[in-house]
Parts: sequence; C-alpha cells; structure tokens
Amino acid sequence: MVGQLVEGPAAAPPARRGRRNYTPYLLLLPGLAWLVVFFVVPMLSLASQSLQTGDVENGYTQTFHFQNYVDAMSQFWPHFLRSIVFAGTATLFTLILAYPLAYFMAQKSGRWKNILLILVIAPFFTSFLIRTLAWQTILADNGLVVSIARTTHFTDLLQWLQLTSNDSLMNSKFAVICGLTYNFLPFMILPLYASLERLDHSFIEAAGDLYATPLQTFWKVTWPLSLPGVVGGTLLTFIPAAGDFINSRLLGNTTTVMIGQVIDSQFLRVQDYSIAAALSFVLMLTITVLVAVYVRRAGTEELV
Amino acid sequence: MTDKTSGDLKLSGITKKFETFTAVDQLDLVIPRGSFFALLGPSGCGKTTTLRMVAGLEQPTIGQIFIGSQDITDTKAYQRNVNTVFQSYALFPHLSIVDNVAFGLRRRKVSDHKAKAMEALELVQLAHIAKKKPGQLSGGMQQRVALARALVNRPDVLLLDEPLGALDLKLRRQMQIELKQIQSEVGLTFVHVTHDQEEAMTMADTIAVMNGGRLEQVADPATLYERPASTFVANFLGQSNLLKATVKRRTGTTAELDVHGVSLRLPVDRLKADTTELWLGVRPEKLRLVGAPDGAGTGADQHLEHNRLTGVVTDASFTGLATNYLVHMPWGQELMVVQQNDGTRSAARGDQVTLGWAPEHGFALNAKQDAHAGSQDQADDSGAV
Repeated sequence: MVGQLVEGPAAAPPARRGRRNYTPYLLLLPGLAWLVVFFVVPMLSLASQSLQTGDVENGYTQTFHFQNYVDAMSQFWPHFLRSIVFAGTATLFTLILAYPLAYFMAQKSGRWKNILLILVIAPFFTSFLIRTLAWQTILADNGLVVSIARTTHFTDLLQWLQLTSNDSLMNSKFAVICGLTYNFLPFMILPLYASLERLDHSFIEAAGDLYATPLQTFWKVTWPLSLPGVVGGTLLTFIPAAGDFINSRLLGNTTTVMIGQVIDSQFLRVQDYSIAAALSFVLMLTITVLVAVYVRRAGTEELV
Repeated sequence: MTDKTSGDLKLSGITKKFETFTAVDQLDLVIPRGSFFALLGPSGCGKTTTLRMVAGLEQPTIGQIFIGSQDITDTKAYQRNVNTVFQSYALFPHLSIVDNVAFGLRRRKVSDHKAKAMEALELVQLAHIAKKKPGQLSGGMQQRVALARALVNRPDVLLLDEPLGALDLKLRRQMQIELKQIQSEVGLTFVHVTHDQEEAMTMADTIAVMNGGRLEQVADPATLYERPASTFVANFLGQSNLLKATVKRRTGTTAELDVHGVSLRLPVDRLKADTTELWLGVRPEKLRLVGAPDGAGTGADQHLEHNRLTGVVTDASFTGLATNYLVHMPWGQELMVVQQNDGTRSAARGDQVTLGWAPEHGFALNAKQDAHAGSQDQADDSGAV
C-alpha cells in the first residue's frame, strides 16, 4: 500500500495524459447527440419551413419566401403584444407573491424549511392541465371567490381596469393572468429561495449595525444580493409564460388569445405550417432579445 | 456624539437565556471609555453573546446596558452608536470597498462620506484598493476593511468579534500590533472578544475572563497572570502547577504551608484570614532547578531556600528559548518547569532534581475549585501559545 502511494504519481502521468484528451468529449457525446437530434435538426427544419410556400395537400416547396414573416406579423402582432404584457404582468405578480415566501422559507422557517419546500413542489405531482382546469372551478360564477369579489366590489375594480368585461371572473384577462401566475409560481419561488438561502445572515446584521433601518437593509443589502435569484426566477417564469397556450384557452376568451395559442392552432387546425413556423421564430427571437436586454440591465454579472 | 451618549460602557445585571440554556448569568461589567478591553474565554462561555447584546443583535433577558448615562437596552442595533467588526467580516459583496466603508456614513447622511471613507482606508493603508470588490481581497485585507468600515463612524464602542480568528499566525501577530496602534491613535473604546489568551494579553489594557456565562476575573494582563483569582484563570491563561496545601501557621508577613509533608512559604497577604486549605499555585517558569538535595546550593539560589521540592525528571524537551521539564513528585503529581536557556543548570530524564521558587511567586486559590478547570481548553489552544 505504501509502495503504491509512493510510486503511484510517478507511474500515473503517461497513462492519464493519454486519457485526458478524450474522456470529457466522450462524456459530452450523449448530451450533444440528444441536442443535435431533438433540437438542432427540428430547428433547422422549422427555419426551412418558415420560408416555404405551398399547402398541406399539395406539399411545400422551398422558395425563401420572407413574405411569410411579414404576413405572420401583420396579422398576429396584437397577440404577440398581449402575450408579452400577460407574461410580464404574471411575472411581476409571481415575484411579489414569491419573494416574501422565499425569504421566510430561507431565513426564518427553521425546521419547517423542508416541509415548506415540499409544499411548494407539491403541485407538480398533478398535471399542469388539471391544475389549470381547477381554476375554472375556483373562479366559477357560483363559487365562493366570485361572491366575495362581488361583495367587496373587487369585480368593479377589475372591470374598471378592463381586466374583466362583466361581474364574472372566468373567461377574462384576469383569469388568464391568475392562471399564469399560479402555474409559474414555483419557478419563481425556487430560484429566489436558493438565492436567499445562501444569503449570510451576518450581512443583514452588519447593515443594521451600520445604522440601516430594516427597510434600508432590504433595499441596500438583501435585494441586491438576491438579484441572481430574481433574474433566474423571472426568466423561468416569463419565458414559458410568454409562449403558454393552455391558460388562455382554458381560462380566457376570444379577446385574450395568446401567441402560443395562435401557433398551436396554425399548426394543428389551420395547418398553415409556414406561418406557424414563422411565428415560432419571431417568438423565439423576441424572447431572446428581451431576455438579453433584461439580463444586461439587471447587471447580475457583477455579482458573485 | 453628544455628551449624553459618550462615556463608559456599563453592563448591569445582564442575564441572557436561550430557552433552557443560560448563556450569560448576572454579568456586571464597566468598560472605561477609551480602553482596549478584552473578553476572554473558551467557546460557549458567553463572551460572543455579551458582545452581541452590546451591539443590539441580541436582547438581554434581564439587565440593562448603558453608554455613559444613557440606557440603550431597548434600542435597536441601527439606533446604537456602536459598531462591530464581525468574525466573518460580513463585507457586502455587491459594493466596492469604499462603498462598504461609507455605508454607515451614508445611512447617517454624512455629507462628505466619500472623503471620510477614503481617510479611514488610508488609516488601514488600503486606499489604493478602494474601487475593488471584497471578493478580490485577501483575508487580511478584508479584515482591515471591516475595521475601517466600523472605525469611520467613530462609534462610542467598537466591538471586535474574534476579528483575527481567520488569519494565519504570522498575519495575526502583525494585525494584533496594528490594531493596538490604531486603537491608541483613534482613542475609541474597543471591546475585543477572543478565546486566544495570548492575543488578549498582547492587546488589551484590561481583560475580563469569562467561563460558563460568568466573570472569573477582571484585571490587567499582568495581574491576571501573576495573581489569578481562580483555578480556571490559572490554567486558562498560561500553565500553572497547583499543589494541595494546608496552612500550618502564620508568622508576620509569611504563612507556612504544608504540602504533602513538605513545608513551604507564601506571603500571608495572598491568603484570606480564614483560609486553612488551599491550592498553592506557581507558574512553570518561576520554578528553578537548584542545587542537589544535599543542600550544596550556589549563592544565586539562596533566596529560593524556603520553597524546595525534590523529584525525578520524567521528560525534558528543548525548545530553543527554554527547556520544558516534567518533574515527578513523590506523591505522584508531575510539575511543569520551564527553564530559560541562559546557561544555568540543566537536567536529563531520570535525574533527581530539586526545584526552588521565591515565596512571592506563589499564589493561593480556593481549595474547593477544580484543579483542572480551564486546562482542557488550554490543551486545545496550544497551537496559539
């Protein structure tokens, strides 16, 4: 044993050097293969599709028809705008709801921490679709929520804000935003929790020690140090919410149609593959640009 | 900064309980303005809890805290004119060094906060890295920034929570001297919490030794060392030989003691009037190897003639500056002896030697106390000695 320990390093380098060149690439291979087959190839096929002309019956031909993009946007730009506004609003609400909860879980919950974490993840044990359908019941006209909203004149406020069109809650912008907020809440909580959990309590004590009031401590220390979690959470919420097609279909009406729903119906019902592909590309590009601008503005690269 | 808030820091009847555990028990302490004060004790002795109560980070269960004549017990941390250098430094990672230092000044809306922060950084010789982030600095630099960030506010009391604990030995020595210099330069009250007795002795004017939530002794370093008030202090600060003794008689200024059948002397003022049983303590470096047991002592050993014990050397280790001996006594106890490497007598393992010491180098401790109190911690911290 001792002999091996002494001789080991001297004998090892030649063998290790030969292996070192290939092992990481071999390990990368399965993941790369997966990405090529299920991401790069479909992406190229989609890109190609978006520039083709024709129809399902007679087949498509590649004509580099950039007019597809112009047609898609001129027809569906309101849906784009609406998707971004809905997703942005829902993201803001999830942040407002998730931050205090994540803070409590990370800093104050003690031995309840794990139970709370399980409760946050618990909704994932049910299907996304069923959870969204449940909101139809929650917001239904004969439900408790509606009657409370009516007696407190919350429905009037929503109408004034043009989030609903009558004194119901279902089939409205309000319902869609509620659904989006609810469905993506865990995606906001978890990164915030991870970020706030790492926050050393001595920073908060140090701020107090240096004459910062609790409010100043939050804005000068806690909030900036939790920014990586805020950015992570908002991205994980905003990106899927902007492309979502379930919430607006199940909880909205014809004036709340989001771009995900449009792409879905262009592909599967209208079967205009080229327009659908063009819309998909524009959505991807829009989100990429928004995210890039947002991440730069948030300045998180300076944080450790 | 008004007269009302500046002055001595006074803890009056402070008790802090955490559920069933009493961290600090009936603590009364006055820390004079402008002094460098150390709270010394093993981990869990309540020193950090005491510091956190002064900072306002913990609320005492019972008792009051005053700065000067002002009762600050119920004020929040951010309302107190007290600043802390945290053990982990707690420098804000998202702010530059100068913004870290200016943090307290900004909260107080001090107009020229930037200039004052730079001044404080110059004091700790770090003005050149003002624009860097804490993550880019070494531990020693971060420590100094943490100090500057607290100093710049000119608090009534500056608290240091084991500030040198994370530094390596060499840097720690250097920072001890630097801290002491800065303290005398700015003249603020420093309260320094540490478990390192050498660090406390090097830096502080006054040391409060804590154990089990209570004060063992409050004194200057020399008094603590030469006249420890308890077996805990005797063992925690340096090393002590404690001999079981009974008082035989008192004559004038000298008391005659019986230690396992040997007659030894001690100045009578070291004893309480009613003491009959005691621990006679003597520090290892006060013991001398004197002449052979037949009494052929040299002239220099003459004043050691009254206190003599004979034993066999069981261990001798040469450390350069000195030689450390363990000498086995006839009644089974092993005495520690540190003999300066000054060309005087030396001995080897197995030699029979006679130890002598001057009566005034002895100290008396309560016989009811545990002779080994505090010594375990001493062994744990031996790397720092």
